[in-house]
Amino acid sequence: MLMKTITVRYFAVFREHAGVSLETLELDASTAMDVFEQTKGRHGSSEPAAHCKVAINDVMAAWSSPVSDGDTVLLFPPVAGG
Amino acid sequence: MISISDKAIPVNELRKQMAMPAAGGLCVFEGWVRNENDGREVQRLEYEVYEPLALIEGEKVLAEAQDRFPHIEAVCVHRSGMLEIGDCAVWVGVSAAHRDEAFKACRYVIDEIKTRLPIWKKEHYVDGDSGWVNCERCANVADRHTDPDPEGS
Repeated sequence: MLMKTITVRYFAVFREHAGVSLETLELDASTAMDVFEQTKGRHGSSEPAAHCKVAINDVMAAWSSPVSDGDTVLLFPPVAGG
Repeated sequence: MISISDKAIPVNELRKQMAMPAAGGLCVFEGWVRNENDGREVQRLEYEVYEPLALIEGEKVLAEAQDRFPHIEAVCVHRSGMLEIGDCAVWVGVSAAHRDEAFKACRYVIDEIKTRLPIWKKEHYVDGDSGWVNCERCANVADRHTDPDPEGS
């Protein structure tokens, strides 16, 4: 198991559920999806990842995108602009 | 060009900025805050915007519109912060030589803005409750577009 230091940023309902807008965690994560799943107890999403979006280091990413030690992963709940 | 603003959208000024000699018309969509959603009385709306990526993704949407519908000019302004009933939450203006491109491009931009930009809205209800809008009904909007370029370029 290779733990990575990942900063996770939460938005909107995820932030309210987590009680913080960002936190740095030690995670056994290979992909953005791993980060989403391993932080479910924090962001509390009842939505599947497919309904949400993710960015890594301020670039929109796929859930299958790899994460590296030191990355910032941004977890976006379903958007509702307009 | 897209921008995010925490102040009232200056719709009249924006309209004037779209005027240009080659334009035969302007199609505008204004999204307003309404007083009910899903049978609940809404008192106000709160928009949260992650601006760095909203701007990048918004510019992509406008560029896509210009690829699909050449010779248009497109502008979008989206609000952040707390809005009252009747406030303009989003303004999309598309000027073009002819109305067909203006209508289609305007529709394309607002539909994509709603489903792709990292923007969230929280409804504050008259009864004191509040809730984030998840926009599930918007999820398949992109599939409903009539693609003017079936080759998918």
